Amino acid sequence: MDRRQFIKTTGAGALTAAAVAAGCAPRRDDNKSGNTPSGMPYRVNPNNGDRVSLLGYGCMRWPMIKDASGADIIDQNVVDELVEHAMANGVNYYDTSPAYLQGQSERAAGLALKRYPRDSYYIATKLSNFGNFSPEASLRMYRDSFEQMYTDYFDYYLLHSIGGGGWEQFKRRYLDNGMVDFLKKEKEAGRIRQLGFSFHGNQQAFDDFIAMHDRGEIHWDFVQIQMNYIDWTHADGVRNVNAEYLYKQLDDREIPITIMEPLQGGRLANVPANVATRFKEREPDKSIASWAFRFVGTYPRVLTILSGMTDMAPLKDNLDTFLDFKPLNEEELEFMEEMAVMMKEYPMVNCNDCNYCMPCPWGIDIPGIFRHYNKMITDGTFAQSSEQKEYARLRRAYLVSYDRAIPTVRQAAHCISCGECLSHCPQSIAIPKELNRINRYVEKLKRDTL
Amino acid sequence: MLRHIRIVLASIFFIAITLLFLDLTGVMHLWFGWMAKVQFLPAVFAANFAVVAGLVLLTLIFGRVYCSVICPMGVFQDIVSRLRVTRDRRRKNHKHFAFSGEKRIVRYGVLILFISALLIGFHAFVAILAPYSSYGRIAQNLFAPIVQGINNLFAIIAERAGSYAFYTRDVWIHSLPTLIIAAITFVVVVILAWKGGRTYCNTICPVGTVLGLLSRFSLFRPVIDREACKNCRVCEHNCKASCIDISTHSIDASRCVSCFDCIDNCKFSALKYRFAYGRKDAASEALGQSPGMTGESSDTSRRAFLIGAAALATTAVAKAQQKKVDGGYAAVMDKKVPHRDIPVTPFGSRSVKDFYNRCTACQLCVATCPNGVLRPSTDFDRLMQPEMSYERGYCRPECTKCSEVCPAGAILPITPEEKTSYKVGLARVDRDLCVVETKGVSCGNCARRCPVGAIRMVLKDPSDPKSLRIPTVIETRCIGCGACENLCPSRPISAITVNGRENHIEKLF
Repeated sequence: MDRRQFIKTTGAGALTAAAVAAGCAPRRDDNKSGNTPSGMPYRVNPNNGDRVSLLGYGCMRWPMIKDASGADIIDQNVVDELVEHAMANGVNYYDTSPAYLQGQSERAAGLALKRYPRDSYYIATKLSNFGNFSPEASLRMYRDSFEQMYTDYFDYYLLHSIGGGGWEQFKRRYLDNGMVDFLKKEKEAGRIRQLGFSFHGNQQAFDDFIAMHDRGEIHWDFVQIQMNYIDWTHADGVRNVNAEYLYKQLDDREIPITIMEPLQGGRLANVPANVATRFKEREPDKSIASWAFRFVGTYPRVLTILSGMTDMAPLKDNLDTFLDFKPLNEEELEFMEEMAVMMKEYPMVNCNDCNYCMPCPWGIDIPGIFRHYNKMITDGTFAQSSEQKEYARLRRAYLVSYDRAIPTVRQAAHCISCGECLSHCPQSIAIPKELNRINRYVEKLKRDTL
Repeated sequence: MLRHIRIVLASIFFIAITLLFLDLTGVMHLWFGWMAKVQFLPAVFAANFAVVAGLVLLTLIFGRVYCSVICPMGVFQDIVSRLRVTRDRRRKNHKHFAFSGEKRIVRYGVLILFISALLIGFHAFVAILAPYSSYGRIAQNLFAPIVQGINNLFAIIAERAGSYAFYTRDVWIHSLPTLIIAAITFVVVVILAWKGGRTYCNTICPVGTVLGLLSRFSLFRPVIDREACKNCRVCEHNCKASCIDISTHSIDASRCVSCFDCIDNCKFSALKYRFAYGRKDAASEALGQSPGMTGESSDTSRRAFLIGAAALATTAVAKAQQKKVDGGYAAVMDKKVPHRDIPVTPFGSRSVKDFYNRCTACQLCVATCPNGVLRPSTDFDRLMQPEMSYERGYCRPECTKCSEVCPAGAILPITPEEKTSYKVGLARVDRDLCVVETKGVSCGNCARRCPVGAIRMVLKDPSDPKSLRIPTVIETRCIGCGACENLCPSRPISAITVNGRENHIEKLF
């Protein structure tokens, strides 16, 4: 019996069903799955009946350690444990890319997943041909992904982060080199089960890609968008389009949507104190992050919500949210909008710590500087004026923690505004401008002229 | 009693002055900064007449209390010889020291050499002999790294605990020759103090010699009462200045540092600290001298010390080690010191010449500089005297720390506002190194970070308004703080570097 038919007929949990169908249940504690009130929610992909767990695993943020030579490597032992725990609790969608984590993410995910039957989980990876658009390089990248992940087919395959640079850039990356045609044939051959794209960009670019679908030039099986209660109607400026618009366009066409950055790289898990208070007043025992996930999961066209869980704590917290998933009601959605407005008042940098801008050729730790700046704002250790209460303590906290977080030679003062990073940023952050803004702030603190 | 007062005062001075060099908080000089400013040589160099007159008067009245209370080098030797005495006592040996004659040729010979060096501007020689500065170098080069290491341990703990009470300090060798000279001074002084107490003060130290000239005539001094004296020689064997001769019942007042040990030690109250000109006999006894010119051991060690130090002065400088960086980031090369025709000296110094004439190389400013800018020079003619360089940081506009601490008047006290009226250096651009030329990228970081707006970006090709812009320096605006040099992306040598200016306070129009 085919696995997918089996799932359709039984309607049992995807993981359990798959394991039974394959005849070899993965080693796990049976008590762990199914001992919660409702268990992992699954959404069905209308194109092929895939039952996808609402919580998907984003493989962009695996934990890194140093090897003997001092190079960064993924901590495979931890990855194995995380995947083991995720699988045991019904997480069956794993999203990676050849570009993530200095190119090591696919292999790490592949190693952790190959311990399970291939049909007990879905692999999503991407054509991340950012640097070299030639057909040879793109093909090499595509073929290499199979090897890295020990598989001969991909369940979900994405054109990685299109939209930046508009149609022109898309044409260069995927049309002129024949990759779209090639991937369509791969899909016919069964090596790609679902073909889609992940999107960062303005409305015009998105409309162009959807028009391709409408004209029948390509069938987008699914689309991955950035969606969270901030980006729903408060996406930054003209360069990023509101998730509400994207969702509506895709929903109208019944295209399943996978969600990235539901927490904006963790920023929505650690919010300023007054926002946190409002969340905690309503649900004292639930994490701040749970609200962000519930917001996204409330929308029915969402197939899966990706979360890049670096260690066990966020994984367990997310499982708490999803194993007993409660969508938001109308009133709660309005409350979320109110929180979004409150959040927007903080002068944070819209950085989700994806590291696409790295390495900066001049050695600047771009995401580190933004991470530190945002954290100080969120934690309330952010001096806004020398008149402020506890100004001296806040000033010291910022300056000392800045030096702790970022080596002096990688700090914002060394940014020469060459603009090399600009095209890499999926959030279209004006990186040199923001670094200069932060440096001006640091200078004011140092000179005591805030 | 007098001895106890002396010990308490000396401890206060010694600990406070040492803390000035080990200060991690920057508040010590607010309370104890004056202690550096009452040091004899720095006060002379600072033309601080009040302090010099005060010290002269102090010595003329009470003897060389300066040497036993105020001078940290003197107290340091007392600590060392005290350890030796403690060890002797444990071994039931009570003959710690013995009288030895004054080594006049060495004393005055060194003093003459010292004054000659001063006159011809041989600053390194002056600096090596300056007692307070010698101690300062020991504290800065040998003690400070230990304290910083401990601080860094606390910083690691604080970081884990989410506290900002401690933060990591860079421990780095500011200058290898200076470190070596400090280490040799330390070893020589420890050996001399262990063996002979105040040998260094009474044969080598030029300040000791000068004050000794005065203390010959001091009004108050220890005097031996011949009637009461039982010739037990306890005082002589406990005199770290080796200046009590019981065979003649005389005390060499030029070498006595007024430590009052003899007075406390005498079981028969035969020694008194009193007005020396009252009774004729006592005065003549006190003034009695017993010259002796042997002292071979200390003479040779002094020579070894000087020769060793001079030899080291000429040894090459160790270049800063290049650091390895993470794989996740582009490597950032360490900066190298560029060539400077004229050294850059701190804001607050009147001119390069004046600065090096006054500086006694005590390293207090080096120890205080929070930006890693000041370090002892490795140039032979100003060895150990500080200079500025911008590989680790630049002279930040809000910082005036070095000017606050300088005891020698080499750096005048200034405010951050006054700072921009000093022009200690002038930036110049090397277009061959500028990344606008070498990498063809747009930059302008030097212009963006210049605190006085002295850098203008101009079109590389004036006929093409779209061409990239390269930096130029408005000479009259540049103050030489080094922000441009430090933040220039060209590595290891910056494309914009600061050269010193001879005069720092200049009227332009």
